[in-house]
Amino acid sequence: MITFEGVTKRYPDGTVALDGLDLRAPSGRTTVLVGSSGSGKTTALRAVNRLVEPTGGRVLIDGTDVRERDPALLRRSIGYVIQQAGLFPHRTVLDNIATVPLLLGWGRRRARSRAAELLELVGLEAAQGRRYPHQLSGGQQQRVGVARALAADPPVLLMDEPFSAVDPVVRAGLQDELLRLQSELHKTVLFVTHDIDEAVRLGDGIAVFRPGGVLAQYDTPERLLAEPVDTFVEGFVGYDRGVRRLSFFPASRLELHTDAVLDGGRTAGAAARTAAATGEPWLLVTGAGRAPLGWLSAGRAAAADPERPLESLELEGYGHIFHVEADSLRAALDAAVLSPAGRAVGVDPGGAVLGVVSQADLAAAIWSVGEDTVGEDTVGGDTVGGQDHG
Amino acid sequence: MSIYELVAAWFSDPGNWTGPGGIPARFAEHTAYSAAAMAVAAAIAVPLGLATGHTGRGGLLAVGLANAARALPTIGVMFLVVLAMGIGLVPVQVALVVLAVPPILVNTHEGVRAVDPGLRDAAAGMGMRGPQVLLRLELPVALPMVLLGLRTAAVQVVSTATIAAYVGVGGLGRFIFDGQNRQEFGMVAGGSLLVALMAVLVLVFFWLLRRLAVSPGLRAREAAVRE
Amino acid sequence: MGEVIRWDWIARGLEDPIGTAVLQHLQLSLVPIALGLLAALPLGVAAARWRRVYPPLLTVVNVLYAVPSIALFFLLLPYTGLTMWTAVLPLALYTLAILVPNIVDGLHQVPGHVRQAATAMGFGPLRRLVLVELPVAVPAVIAGLRVASVATISMVSVASMVGLGGLGALILREGFNNRFATPIIVGVVLTAVLAFAVDGLLVLAQRLLTPWVPRPARGRERKGVR
Repeated sequence: MITFEGVTKRYPDGTVALDGLDLRAPSGRTTVLVGSSGSGKTTALRAVNRLVEPTGGRVLIDGTDVRERDPALLRRSIGYVIQQAGLFPHRTVLDNIATVPLLLGWGRRRARSRAAELLELVGLEAAQGRRYPHQLSGGQQQRVGVARALAADPPVLLMDEPFSAVDPVVRAGLQDELLRLQSELHKTVLFVTHDIDEAVRLGDGIAVFRPGGVLAQYDTPERLLAEPVDTFVEGFVGYDRGVRRLSFFPASRLELHTDAVLDGGRTAGAAARTAAATGEPWLLVTGAGRAPLGWLSAGRAAAADPERPLESLELEGYGHIFHVEADSLRAALDAAVLSPAGRAVGVDPGGAVLGVVSQADLAAAIWSVGEDTVGEDTVGGDTVGGQDHG
Repeated sequence: MSIYELVAAWFSDPGNWTGPGGIPARFAEHTAYSAAAMAVAAAIAVPLGLATGHTGRGGLLAVGLANAARALPTIGVMFLVVLAMGIGLVPVQVALVVLAVPPILVNTHEGVRAVDPGLRDAAAGMGMRGPQVLLRLELPVALPMVLLGLRTAAVQVVSTATIAAYVGVGGLGRFIFDGQNRQEFGMVAGGSLLVALMAVLVLVFFWLLRRLAVSPGLRAREAAVRE
Repeated sequence: MGEVIRWDWIARGLEDPIGTAVLQHLQLSLVPIALGLLAALPLGVAAARWRRVYPPLLTVVNVLYAVPSIALFFLLLPYTGLTMWTAVLPLALYTLAILVPNIVDGLHQVPGHVRQAATAMGFGPLRRLVLVELPVAVPAVIAGLRVASVATISMVSVASMVGLGGLGALILREGFNNRFATPIIVGVVLTAVLAFAVDGLLVLAQRLLTPWVPRPARGRERKGVR
């Protein structure tokens, strides 16, 4: 556990970077510090490995004040990942990863073999270990940055906007990778970002900072989106926070309809009859293994030669789909909005259609979310400290 | 005889290749003067430049002094030192060192300052201590600039060591000034060609040194920066 | 040495030899700088346009730059004799090693969209070069000229070794040959003063030529010294 007790950083010119921060980041969890620039989130992070010395308060790691430890030795026991990765350009990827083990006096051979392990862990090929950083893409460099931070297996990992310099697609991949690593390694992670989406995605707990280095709210992502403490946090999490909140509810709670789903081998006449019977303006046509083929409007079904099979007709693309078991309500809503029929197609892990969600059902589900209360007042099992609201 | 024939005759005279005044001996003298001055200058300027670059203190002063030194005429500095200290090898060496220090100092300083602050932050954040940051990060990353400074100084030193022959010491400059006094143009031109050759050898030496000493990880970046 | 500076000698020699030496020195340094710029512009433009020309050109000028001036002066002496060309030609060659890279860098600084906008407005390649690209390159070119002029003004002194004039002659013939410190100090100081004066004029010229460049960010000077 990383504990901030009244941590303040005031510079000689009077600027206050961090103002009396009280915060507990539980062990084995990811705590995200989020805020705009000048909000003190990076200062807080750097106070942990003493790259910033607070002018007031103290920082404890598992109960020990970090000031009791030699700064260099303290830092070797904490992983540190920064924006742009900060890889040493004159060293190979493998030697970069081996930096801290070598500082700890491991011996070259052991450090190298550990580095090779980590290269694999972060999803890079062994051959890339012999390359130099400039020969890697930005995303690969960032993976090496994470590997380097993990090299000596530190219990604590500090990450300062590590993914903000890469493009959104690569960033999403890196975030997935971090979630996967964290599910295996259970490090105590402090993660700084200015991106609320990233915070919601990665954090077990999120601390929102306001300008002037003041903590505005510390909560689970769900509660942060459901109950921002004030207009500042509300503005920061975004006016679409309601939609974001749908991410925390499973799509499996949606009711799926199969009466308007027809196999591609059926005829247009059958489709027209189904449309008339159900009153559905859109029919979903499926192919082999119940994979979706596309949408057919009731009007077109009626106008077509009644003997023609559905799969030979021109269909509207089915657009996005959602995975009933794995996805959230937000993904289902997304799928409905992007579908020409205004309906969301739910599939099983094998891609077979399980059913269609109508707009009315989606609206009902979203309405029920609004009624829902976010029950737990905890971050990652530990009680959230430092923030009082209710 | 044409100029070419005069030069060819001088080079082909076996007498010019032996003895204390022969080409190999003069070449060796010139190399020794230059190498000694460079060793002393590097021993002063590289640590100083690393220190000002690493701490950021005294950098403006060092760069300012070095830039001012660039405007001074080398022969003025040399003759002034020799006049003050008397004729001899030591004053010449002192003058060479004085001229070699500024470019090494400035380039080392600038090279260290140019190290990306993100890299310094990463180094400190991983638990490197000050000297470790300097030796494991700043020096290797600044090495191309340090070598550029050394090369600039070496070219300057080889050139000025030639002029030093005017005050009576050895080296390749002797051929130029002795030839001038004796009105032997073959010797003047031959000496000049040897000086030019030595300058080219200095470039080759530093090119090789860079291939050997600078990490391949930096060379690609350097090609983009171009010296 | 007695008194280090004999002010009476300076007072007597203000016009000759000191004044004469300063004028000769200016001539011997400004002519090669001007010639160097004239030669460097087409070379730089060519190197910026045909990029394959650039690396070999750069190698040639860098090697030339390394050859000591005294060697080039003596090699030229039988052809040009005791005319200013003995000093001017090698010194002009040296300036290329500084000016050409600066011109190429300067031309490369012209943003692609500016170039495209110029073309879109109907500028031909030559008009575009003269009206758009060269003006944008001016700060870089002047930064190069500043380095080149300081180096040239300091190097001209060596020309006294082959018998030419300038402040080097003051240092060598009036000073060292007579074992007399005053002319050497005067020569050294005046050389530095000339260098700084020309440097200051170039800074001024740039402010007048490129009023659009913000003051603190004068031309991008290349790091380090040559």
